[in-house]
Amino acid sequence: MSRFQKWFWGLALVAPLTVFVVWGVWDNAKLFFITLLNGLTLASLYFIVASGFTLVFGLMRNVNLAHGSLYLLGGYVGYFVAEKTGYFVPALAAGFLVAALVGLLMQVAIFRFMQGEDLRQTMVTIGLSIVIADLMLWSIGATVHQMSAPDWLAGPLRDIPLITAYSKYRMALLPLGIAIGVLLWLFLNRTRVGMMIRAGVDDRAMLAATGVNVNLVFATTFAIGAGLAGFGGVIGAVELSMVPGEDVRLLLASLIVVIVGGMGSVVGAALGAVVLGVAETYGLAYAPTYSVVFTFVILVLVLAFRPRGILGQAA
Amino acid sequence: MSAAEWRNAMNAGVGRLAMGKPVKAPALQVKPHAFQSPIGLRHVVVLAFLLAFPLYATPFLTFQIGAQSLALGLVALSLTFLGGYGGMVSLAQMTVAGIAGYLVAILGASASADTSISLGWPWWLAVLAAVIVATACGAFIGWLAVRTEGIYMIMITLAVGVAFYYLCLQNYSVFNGFQGFQRVKAPTLLGLDWREPVLFYYLVLFWSLAGYLFVKYLIRAPFGVALQGIRDNPRRMNALGFHVTAHRVAAFAVAGLIAAVGGVLLVWYNGLITPNSVGTSWLINVLIIAVLGGLRHPIGPFIGAIVFVLLQTFAIDLIDRERFNLVIGAVFLAIVLFSPDGLLGLWAALKTKFSTPRGGLK
Repeated sequence: MSRFQKWFWGLALVAPLTVFVVWGVWDNAKLFFITLLNGLTLASLYFIVASGFTLVFGLMRNVNLAHGSLYLLGGYVGYFVAEKTGYFVPALAAGFLVAALVGLLMQVAIFRFMQGEDLRQTMVTIGLSIVIADLMLWSIGATVHQMSAPDWLAGPLRDIPLITAYSKYRMALLPLGIAIGVLLWLFLNRTRVGMMIRAGVDDRAMLAATGVNVNLVFATTFAIGAGLAGFGGVIGAVELSMVPGEDVRLLLASLIVVIVGGMGSVVGAALGAVVLGVAETYGLAYAPTYSVVFTFVILVLVLAFRPRGILGQAA
Repeated sequence: MSAAEWRNAMNAGVGRLAMGKPVKAPALQVKPHAFQSPIGLRHVVVLAFLLAFPLYATPFLTFQIGAQSLALGLVALSLTFLGGYGGMVSLAQMTVAGIAGYLVAILGASASADTSISLGWPWWLAVLAAVIVATACGAFIGWLAVRTEGIYMIMITLAVGVAFYYLCLQNYSVFNGFQGFQRVKAPTLLGLDWREPVLFYYLVLFWSLAGYLFVKYLIRAPFGVALQGIRDNPRRMNALGFHVTAHRVAAFAVAGLIAAVGGVLLVWYNGLITPNSVGTSWLINVLIIAVLGGLRHPIGPFIGAIVFVLLQTFAIDLIDRERFNLVIGAVFLAIVLFSPDGLLGLWAALKTKFSTPRGGLK
């Protein structure tokens, strides 16, 4: 692209956005900032779920289309654990562990035997998602399961300038998302296993040649990725609700997040999650029946200018 | 070529699909032109069976099983063409069919509960416009999707398809939200009501045959051969001077046309269109049908559709009606795990096993 084109398209993108921001703040500042917060907290949930998706994809080139089912599974498990014990943190742990276990099982029992057959793996995940979704519908039913926030996060947070009050739980999601992002970054960049995973992303064959048990690395990654989906499920069980169909919604979100942000990159997932979360909530607040169009336009724009995502690199 | 080699080549084909790069040297064989190859006994038998089907079958079988399988098979055929011959697996084919169906309902006549969105154009104009616009949409989805390769394409087409589903669900001013459009009827032409089971069956049969022969013709035409070359080795085709992207988008447009025709037939078959018609389960069902039958021959999707519809209709006798998804998911898993070439692959494998070494598999 020439310099002129860059400026032209940059301006064409930034100008309407600026106009919208100025108009939004001037028209109804409270609505504008609450929507912004809603968008960021939703982005936090999207990031937690999508980072697992992108982790698995980055290392194994496995598009896990059962990721949404794992999210729903984690949410249900969290709901029932919270109902039994009455505590939120064990529910989070249980959601993570059960989803991680199922993911581990999938990797060890199935995907290990079709290494490198990307399309077949994807189809298997499609089949698995149908079966898992139907089993959950069978055993749990189609009723809405919504968890209440734990006592220490219940109720609103008061006396914030401009927006006066905001849900404590949703506010807490913001630091949680950031914390998980930082932890994931530290894990990938500062630990030995993380180093192996990154090496595997770059060159699987070479990693195996250096004597690393690649299958173990793969299994670990798959478990963590699936676990993050389950963890996100427990969070989503409070923020949204658990009902058949939510799995597809979060799968779509994960797909768009990694397509927009760049596949296989955790920072890209964070960026994509913020873009998607904010765009979706603003769409819902300002143009309810067309909100998904904004998501679609973003997808088209990114694919038109950066086919591999904003932070994506050539495979 | 021996059967084992053939199967290996097909398996390599699946690998190629996945990685976007060839594993082995491309094994493209150009057989004689479809219309030059002799018409075998099996062709005559199958055609006679299909033509005579309404004569001995009940209207229920003709309509529910026959017409539905053929219409679904036509939509899945578009995916077989894209996936089997273009090496591009798109999950948005039902979306293209759904766009055609929605347009028939919006432009033509329908009866929705409380709104009157339908414009009431004459049916032929509505259908023509629907097919053209849906084909354009298919090409546009292709234009988006071909910017990436292999496994990414599934993600992008799935995202586009699900986004369209949510648009239909949320939007009331054009798509009439959750309710969609009811009583979208096939027209009355030449004094005949084409919604009559037998007539409708022949209508669907005609277009399915047309689609089948069209694909059969296309894959031996220069365009189809170039497309298969691109599937096997895009870089080499590019070096030979072929415009890879243009061929891929054109393949999406062709698949869009086939899916659009199938979509019009499907909306007439169901008599209604709702967001569920383009929901994720149907996006995936098209893939299931195509893979179930086998991606390596244009007859595959029709076989897959028949099995799918039979399972759907008679799963009620096997186990609970509600558990259809479990059955179809399990069948799909079994096929993907044990016979990646679908039922056609299974058939070929059985044939090899029990045939004398004399004939081999052609």
